[in-house]
Amino acid sequence: MSTERVTNIVVAGVGGQGVLRATDVIAETAFLAGYDVKKTEVHGMSQRGGGVVSDVRFGPRVLSPMVPDGEADFLLVLEPTQLEPNRHRLKPDGVIIGCDRINVASLTHPKTLNVALLGVLSQYLDLSCELWRDALRRCFPPHLYSVNEEAFELGRQADGKACRRE
Amino acid sequence: MFGERRKLLSGNEALAHAALACGVHLGTGYPGTPSTEILETLAAIGGKAQWAPNEKVAMEVALGVAYGNGRALVTMKHVGLNVAADPLFSAAYTGVSGALVVAVADDPGMASSQNEQDTRRYAIAAGVPLLEPSDSQEAHDFFFRAVELSEQFGTPVIIRLTTRVSHSKGIVKLGRAGPPPQPPHFERNITARVLIPAYARPAHRRLRQRLKEIAQWNETSGLNLVLTGTSDLGIIASGVAALHAREAAPQTRLLKLGMSYPLPVQTVKEFVRGVKRCVVIEEGDPVIEELCLTHGIPVEGKPEEDRFGELSVSRVRRILNGDCPPPPPPASTRPPQLCPGCPHRMVFEALRDLGCIVAGDIGCYTLGVLPPFEAMDTCTCMGASIGVGLGLRHVLPPDQARRVVSVIGDSTFVHSGLTGIVEMMYNPPPGGHVVLILDNRTTAMTGLQDHPATGRTLSGQPTHELSLEGVCRAIGVEDVTVFEEHSNKESFRALLREKLSQAKPCVIIVRRECLLAMRRRKQESLAAQQERVTCQPSE
Repeated sequence: MSTERVTNIVVAGVGGQGVLRATDVIAETAFLAGYDVKKTEVHGMSQRGGGVVSDVRFGPRVLSPMVPDGEADFLLVLEPTQLEPNRHRLKPDGVIIGCDRINVASLTHPKTLNVALLGVLSQYLDLSCELWRDALRRCFPPHLYSVNEEAFELGRQADGKACRRE
Repeated sequence: MFGERRKLLSGNEALAHAALACGVHLGTGYPGTPSTEILETLAAIGGKAQWAPNEKVAMEVALGVAYGNGRALVTMKHVGLNVAADPLFSAAYTGVSGALVVAVADDPGMASSQNEQDTRRYAIAAGVPLLEPSDSQEAHDFFFRAVELSEQFGTPVIIRLTTRVSHSKGIVKLGRAGPPPQPPHFERNITARVLIPAYARPAHRRLRQRLKEIAQWNETSGLNLVLTGTSDLGIIASGVAALHAREAAPQTRLLKLGMSYPLPVQTVKEFVRGVKRCVVIEEGDPVIEELCLTHGIPVEGKPEEDRFGELSVSRVRRILNGDCPPPPPPASTRPPQLCPGCPHRMVFEALRDLGCIVAGDIGCYTLGVLPPFEAMDTCTCMGASIGVGLGLRHVLPPDQARRVVSVIGDSTFVHSGLTGIVEMMYNPPPGGHVVLILDNRTTAMTGLQDHPATGRTLSGQPTHELSLEGVCRAIGVEDVTVFEEHSNKESFRALLREKLSQAKPCVIIVRRECLLAMRRRKQESLAAQQERVTCQPSE
């Protein structure tokens, strides 16, 4: 609970990319860290390949579940076409995390792109690797854990900051 | 770290956990975004939950449970309450012996709905108290209060959720299970439960008296909170809008109404007296504003523009600042579309190419209206395709009438298409009619729920399977064709052409399992096999 302010994250993509799973993992990690946390999403027709956006907020106390426009600290973009429709969510000095931040070709499974971008995001947040791993364990069935943990690590290392310590 | 009593839950999940803790005897409803996960969660955590063919039947089953001194939960989306309105209005007259809690999820902004009607209008019209939780914790806590209220006053109670309450996750401290409810039993009370006019007249007077007593109860219910702040401006808000308002104006005094109907008039009057001016911030219709004005309480509402869509912190800031430019139009994102390989695609290609006039219905297949098909001409509400198609057939000139087709999905057909078929046989249009039932063996749009024609219950257990062709024949349709050659586009076109050219009522059932449902069924059976392997005794 080091910070007094709320951290705002928006994840955008299209149906089937795991946008909602990504915000589940962030929310779980913040929850495990002892923060108040809220996440929101829109279901329904978006599940048929339409644009999907999900917000997560954590801090000492979170009120509205939606990140106000122009107040997102981070915008994760899983599909390049979803950047422009969501750019207005970002605050002026906010950080965009897109697929260009990692080497997508080196993902074992393309479906883990969402978790790889969480690895990139994790470099900016004061949440330990242990908590991220715990959250991944809680959010994925056991047989999908290792491939996602690998993707997370790939993102985490994207700018040279690894958290693997065996 | 916190034990198992603290969980990260959506509003829908939180409400289901509360229902289990309250010992609800039965949860029933019909799937509808954003309400669907309530019953799915209730079943998953060990409660008894089942899908009904439609919301009206669900409400009646729940009412029966509550007449029998049981505790019942019934769930639906906002438009589902239109279907269930008939039993609801009369249940308000008859009252209940046990508890009847109606969880209705509104969809302001229409993320996945055909309108943005406000359920609070129903509470007022039917005379049923209504609670408005703002987040997951309140969705959980208010359920306990709704059961208490329902049992104390013998009334149905509505919990109005909205998309952002149902589908947002937050931390929930789970309540302890209360004392178990009384075992259900029947007590005869014919003057209360049988609404012949002689008994209904005093029942209406009892209802109005009961509402006065509930309004009094609400003054001290603890459901309505005053959050401290300066007195230049006061805000009255409910639901998630109260959270937006607190964030937008943290220093402003705020009355958060957890139970907006019947209005706690004295509480509101006292609050408004203590501030210089007072603004009502509510999502949807200006319901609280109008209730206040009716009671002579001087409040200001939101601009007409803010009646549309969801509220947000930014919108509330703008309302409070008195800036009233229309909000910027939402940036267009990729529209949804029928999945690649979806069996509906072939049907809409044929309808397009044959120049049909298509009376459509509610489901994934409504996407047949979008390019590249644009093969749908009407879609209004669940089950309307058949009646609307028949009306067009009756009135259009013959060269147009013979191209009219009604298109309806399997779950929608069971929900409210059956009576349309009865109408088709009772009052057949002179040129006949063609009804296409797109049977993909699931309720796909809401997330692959089972229904009476899949032969599986909400929990996936086998049960009696309604035969769609059998029921059409039983109603009297002689010409029923089941088409299963999914890959043979030409033969489907030939069949459709043939049926359009003959002047008699007919039904074509296009049967092909939804690919997503098939995949999930295979995954589940694989998981079940693995479970069996792991559960072998190690001995």
